[in-house]
Amino acid sequence: MKPDMSVNLAGIPLRNPVMTASGTFGYGEEFAEYVDMASIGAFITKGLSLKARAGNPTPRIVETPGGMLNAIGLQNVGIDAFITKKVPYLRSVNTPAIANFFGNTVDEYAEMARRLDEIPEVAGLEVNISCPNVKLGGIVFGTDPDSAASVVSACRAATKKPLIVKLSPNVTDVVAMARACEDAGADALSLINTLIGMAIDLNRRRPVLANITGGFSGPAIKPIALRMVWQVAKAVKVPIIGIGGIMNAVDALEFMLAGATAVQVGTASFINPGAAQKIAEDMEAWLIANGVADIKSLIGALET
Amino acid sequence: MQFTAMILSNVEVSPGYWRMRMTAPPECASARPGQFVMVRVNGAIDPLLRRPFGIFDIGSYTPAQSGAHPQPYMEMLYRVVGKGTAMLSALHGSDLLDILGPLGKGFDLGAPDEEKLIVGGGVGLAPLYLLAKELIKESKVRLFAGGRTRDDILCITEFERLGVECYTATEDGSLGECGLVTEALLRRLDQMQGGATIYACGPHGMLNAVAGIAAERSIPCQVSLEGYMACGVGACLGCVAPGRSHSPETPDFRCVCTEGPVFEAGELKWRE
Repeated sequence: MKPDMSVNLAGIPLRNPVMTASGTFGYGEEFAEYVDMASIGAFITKGLSLKARAGNPTPRIVETPGGMLNAIGLQNVGIDAFITKKVPYLRSVNTPAIANFFGNTVDEYAEMARRLDEIPEVAGLEVNISCPNVKLGGIVFGTDPDSAASVVSACRAATKKPLIVKLSPNVTDVVAMARACEDAGADALSLINTLIGMAIDLNRRRPVLANITGGFSGPAIKPIALRMVWQVAKAVKVPIIGIGGIMNAVDALEFMLAGATAVQVGTASFINPGAAQKIAEDMEAWLIANGVADIKSLIGALET
Repeated sequence: MQFTAMILSNVEVSPGYWRMRMTAPPECASARPGQFVMVRVNGAIDPLLRRPFGIFDIGSYTPAQSGAHPQPYMEMLYRVVGKGTAMLSALHGSDLLDILGPLGKGFDLGAPDEEKLIVGGGVGLAPLYLLAKELIKESKVRLFAGGRTRDDILCITEFERLGVECYTATEDGSLGECGLVTEALLRRLDQMQGGATIYACGPHGMLNAVAGIAAERSIPCQVSLEGYMACGVGACLGCVAPGRSHSPETPDFRCVCTEGPVFEAGELKWRE
């Protein structure tokens, strides 16, 4: 018998728990050739801002053992071009699209939430308070509970759509950040964004990335992500989206045991553009092989 | 397109430079010169990312078994620069590779009656052989191949076999002229009467010089760029190159994998 793969993410029904992470899946259409959109739970757009952003100088990415560093700098088309050029594609696919966004100020965050709230094709909003690669916006709000709460409250007041807050791992106490965002009105939490890292070119005696530091992602960060998801899941009531080095179905299912209702696949899509679809299919096969009738029964089912 | 290729041969053609032939699906036969593929070296997580390689050649071969029909093949020319390419060079015939491609925009083949001048530096020759093979069908083609030493001048006999007139230059004078390949290019341009198009691929310094020569003489010029990229499909935005109007205050970036890797030289920002 086919297992029930569906989950409900803060009011967004997902056919399965596999989503694609912001910044690793473009605006969806880049992957149309490789992924049957109707085979994944949802996809998250590249982080959007009020004005288009050109991003950081190059080199922007470098590979490290089991992972990669990126310092793209939130390059995106801006909200206006998103509406005219990217939303028509969202309309054509039978899969919820969640818009990731950021601002330089609390007011900009709220304005973005308002603009995105008006787009019927956007099923939910993911607030990025955790980009490590830009000076303003992002991480300055993501490392202090009070600042995070002020951003989340402002966005909450500006939208009725499900509001997800994406948390940074670059904090001393991720649970305190999670609680602050939940109290401020977040409907769900996604974690983790990338860890701040760096790579050095010994012969040139220079950093490899033009930005010097970058966000570390890939399978190398999975143990940290799992630990943070497990800690936060015990502390909050809102659903959690587990992110961090998920390369296959086993990784994804481990995040669900740790307490995640859904997962996001990121770096894996760079290596195999069809990764999210394959992971969803393999998760279903694992459920069948292990006699699990409903994937929801795995959420937080870790035995300790 | 994503496919599994079987390696047919993997040969060191010059110290540190390898040429690999592999099976390819029929769709690859229509790959345009200048397009590239993303190769996963193995199934492990180190190296994690695919590696981009220009398509050196596309053709067909007949497998050894009796009654076999001709099958398409694809070739890559690559230099061992790090862990990923070192692992690639250790692979043998019948090993399998996971390939994404052909990707990106290729070269514009231009008007048939004008002369085509191809400039390649070192492993920059990789995407230029398939280009020469197409161009020679309708145009006079000259190749200007440069490198630090004779070891960096690759597969010249293959170009000559196509009927391409080849000029070589090495910085140490160990093969061809002693000096930069752009000097030979300039001399040819000085002799020329009719129209020409320049095609170039190689180190950034060489491309910069070629773009400058082309701009000075108002000759159409296309360059193929390299970039650090994770995905090859326009999602990671790692491989951007500065466009013509780029400045730190008003950034203008072009995505190498989807808007390129071939660009009109005039579209890009070059050093003055």
